[in-house]
Amino acid sequence: MRRLFAPLLILTAAMFAYAPVMIANAAYESTMGLVQKIFYFHVPSWFVMFTAVFICGIESAIFLFRRKPAADRVAFAAAEIAVVFGLLGLVTGPLWGRKAWGVWWQWDARLTMALLVELIFIGYLLVRKYGGPGSEKLAAAMAIFGMANVPFVYVSVNIWRTIHPQTSVVPSLPPGMKGTFWFCVIAFMLLFALLMPLRVRLEHLRAALDEQ
Amino acid sequence: MIRRLMISVSLLVAIAAPAFALQAPAGQGEFVPMNSLPPADQLPAAPLLVAAYAFVWVALAVYLWSIWSRLGRVERDIQALQQQRSRGGPR
Repeated sequence: MRRLFAPLLILTAAMFAYAPVMIANAAYESTMGLVQKIFYFHVPSWFVMFTAVFICGIESAIFLFRRKPAADRVAFAAAEIAVVFGLLGLVTGPLWGRKAWGVWWQWDARLTMALLVELIFIGYLLVRKYGGPGSEKLAAAMAIFGMANVPFVYVSVNIWRTIHPQTSVVPSLPPGMKGTFWFCVIAFMLLFALLMPLRVRLEHLRAALDEQ
Repeated sequence: MIRRLMISVSLLVAIAAPAFALQAPAGQGEFVPMNSLPPADQLPAAPLLVAAYAFVWVALAVYLWSIWSRLGRVERDIQALQQQRSRGGPR
């Protein structure tokens, strides 16, 4: 991974630098116009958030049931990244919604459930920081329940009546939007692939320091 | 007789209620020029778009810097501890 780090960093930085050019050249959506272009960073933020949540949940389960401290360190790192990218989604969404829906926030199923998942993982971090000895087991259980919420967040727009666009939007993107969207998704996932080992290394070093 | 009447009325309400509930919203009665809207409703999209992208860039830069600085601090602490040990300091 260390050999790959520098080329990955350069590639990710280049993709993030080129993303605004692609977004500017992407087709305008017919009803929302310019503001819809927030989509190209908003949805990839949630992709990364959900990936991080799944990693956190799975590693937490491994920690709880197989007693592997290394898995707990990976889970902690993933939880922090999940909170950061969830925050990006929760900030960019209302900026889009203010223009598209006329309101900053709507207490509908998708938005409320997404906020709940974010709050669960903020809770996870708080438990880890202030919970004292043994808090890692409680936090691991929280992570598993947090992960269980993600499929419901995803399908919520198809089950309940909501003003949020449905899941069919991404698979049916027209050619003028599809390329830009997947370019941004790859850029965000590469960034996640860079952040994750850095953050895990921090946890390993902290554990090594505590042992000394 | 009264029972039948009650059932009929209940059925009528049960059938009619969704029909009323699913009525399309009223059509637009008049066109209003954009510049005559109150300032709060004249929302240009560009500042919202710029704000969203700026927030993402700044937040990611701050987070990357925070990981980097925390890593540096822990590495320095480990190094300091190792130096202390090699000098035969307090154990």
